Amino acid sequence: MSINPELAGRSYPAGESYQVGREKIREFARAVKATSPAHFEIAAAQKLGYADLVAPPTFAIIVAQQADAQLIRDPGAGIDFSRVVHADQRFTHHRPIVAGDELLAELHVDNVRAMGDGALITTRAEISTVEGEKVATTLSSILVRGEGQ
Amino acid sequence: MSIALSELQPGQEIGRSTLEVSRADLVRYAGASGDFNPIHWNERFARSVDLPGVIAHGMFTMGAAVQLVTDWIGDPGAVLDYQTRFTRPVTVEDVDGTPGAVVEVTGVVGAVDADSSTARIDLTVTFNGQKVLVKAQAVVRVW
Repeated sequence: MSINPELAGRSYPAGESYQVGREKIREFARAVKATSPAHFEIAAAQKLGYADLVAPPTFAIIVAQQADAQLIRDPGAGIDFSRVVHADQRFTHHRPIVAGDELLAELHVDNVRAMGDGALITTRAEISTVEGEKVATTLSSILVRGEGQ
Repeated sequence: MSIALSELQPGQEIGRSTLEVSRADLVRYAGASGDFNPIHWNERFARSVDLPGVIAHGMFTMGAAVQLVTDWIGDPGAVLDYQTRFTRPVTVEDVDGTPGAVVEVTGVVGAVDADSSTARIDLTVTFNGQKVLVKAQAVVRVW
């Protein structure tokens, strides 16, 4: 199986919206060993000026990877998920994610570079609220390892 | 805690932390993030795809390392931008009583931008003495 070089430039429209819940923020915060009270207590988040619990800085990966899944599952892409290694990641927050947000992620394949039998694929997820407010831009590169890589 | 931009100097250390990682941590991260790739929990599978063993999600390490920054600034929403490259895997051993892996994190001020009232914090993240994250940088808003 090889990577389709024509993936670059392809876009996947946002699928179903992602509802950011308080319990998910708490669960994700525990999973990354975050201890800031603003992830757990509404009063602490409000004291910092937020309407509700604030998500940790890498929380958007949940939404971005759901968008990425559209590409990875696309039979036309030729990606073997078991050979995928995360190469780099960037989050640019236009504003913090808070509980109660309803998010959409539009996925763009920015670049595909052949690496031996494998490929380095760079995707960008533009995350916004259902109301159209920009929330975050995530950039992610995955290395799909070829045989023996 | 209040941090003044004018008191920050490039090269200044903001702190350091030690992350002890267990297989249970990886299972917890898999569940919380939805990333159930078996290379992060199944030794047999990880070795079958030519990995040295079960490895931590890069996103687990990235997400846990930035806690040094959010604790320092006192507001997780102050992290405007955060990026890294994943250069080496963190292999997490299946052991009882001791951590499966120990990751060391150090943060220093990389740059200060008075116009935007932001500071860039550069993180050094190592496992077994080698860098696992490279160009790990967080830009934070400093009031």
